[in-house]
Amino acid sequence: MATLHLEIVTPDRVVLDTRVRSVRLPGTMGSFGVLPNHAPLIASLTTGAIKVEHDNGDIEYIAASGGFADVRDNRVTVIADTAERSADIDLARVRAAIERAQAQLAEGGAEAYTQAQETLRRYMNRLKVAQQQEEEAARRH
Amino acid sequence: MATMRQIRTRIKVAGNIAQITRAMKMVAAARLKRAQDRVIAARPFVERMTDVVADLTRAMPDAQAHPLTEERPVRTTGVVIISADRGLCGSYNSGIIRRTVELLDEGSHRELRLMAIGRKGASFFARRGHKLDDIPQVSAGAAAYHEASALADCLRERFESGVLDEVLVVYTRFASVISQHPVVERVLPIQPPVASEADTASTRCIFEPDAATLVGSLLPRYLTTRVYYALLESAASEHGARMTAMSAATDNASKMISALTLSLNRARQAAITKEISEIVSGAEALKS
Repeated sequence: MATLHLEIVTPDRVVLDTRVRSVRLPGTMGSFGVLPNHAPLIASLTTGAIKVEHDNGDIEYIAASGGFADVRDNRVTVIADTAERSADIDLARVRAAIERAQAQLAEGGAEAYTQAQETLRRYMNRLKVAQQQEEEAARRH
Repeated sequence: MATMRQIRTRIKVAGNIAQITRAMKMVAAARLKRAQDRVIAARPFVERMTDVVADLTRAMPDAQAHPLTEERPVRTTGVVIISADRGLCGSYNSGIIRRTVELLDEGSHRELRLMAIGRKGASFFARRGHKLDDIPQVSAGAAAYHEASALADCLRERFESGVLDEVLVVYTRFASVISQHPVVERVLPIQPPVASEADTASTRCIFEPDAATLVGSLLPRYLTTRVYYALLESAASEHGARMTAMSAATDNASKMISALTLSLNRARQAAITKEISEIVSGAEALKS
């Protein structure tokens, strides 16, 4: 069976570099899936979850924000501003950041508002990704 | 000849200096390691980004039409000087400053507007009476991606509004711990990288959203990436240069200490010899 090579890079590290069966990406025009032998594609991504089906059938969720995906010759390259594997997500830190952002939303000015909103979205996304991963694990057992 | 007491003082001073330079070397080595790791970690990102831009421009030849790639007759050139906040790092700052002065000398037909990251470069040009344009603050030794992004946005705005017709970055490329070169790189207008492969058969590509929007959001990011990478390389160069300089300073201090110790011993021996001969000649005088 043909597989895909998936590489996820952020400015400070390579998050993932592995073979996968399929991957689901959060495009700006809507979420889309990529299977082997996909046509060449360049898409911009938004804040959301990347769902990876590993070669061994494991499902992994990755919280990503901002960036691009380039699909070509069964290689998927994701360039993201941030990407965090669900295992690396520190829930306590995420909850704290969400509270901080919400406090900012409540009091801040117009500029702080949009910024806080963006931060909030990113952390909410991490939270969601972590939950999805948990549900996935529950389904398995 | 210096007295023994003078020599002892000098040995002590050299010892104190060596202690400080050794500590600075150690700090620089630790920071260098971190900075180097960041350069290495960012490399795949930069390469992939370049690939995607190349893919995109290949799949869509009219990407050249984007405003950020537009070549205009150059009336004003923005020069971003990346130097360090602190000295004692060998020729790191002077190399950058020299390269910038060269630019200033040759660029008489166009107006140059300087922007500085790092206090050393800023204070040098301010002292020489150049006006420096404001830019978002970036910590020179350890730049974060969002700082690079703010800086890139600021440069992009000035380019788009026509304040600047091109933007150059003067930074230090990190070749190795002992070798760094000041270089000038043109970041705006963006010259899209050319795909290395020859398969310009323009593989039909799906764009999502449409190609123009995609280029519009990809190119600014590409600019940020280049600025970010220049900052990272500069940081690594700075710490590398400082480490080498401080290591040389420590070596020199210990060389000086051993030279001084030698002359101290000579002086001591001379004094003893003199004393003995005085005693001997005194005794001789008593005998007769």
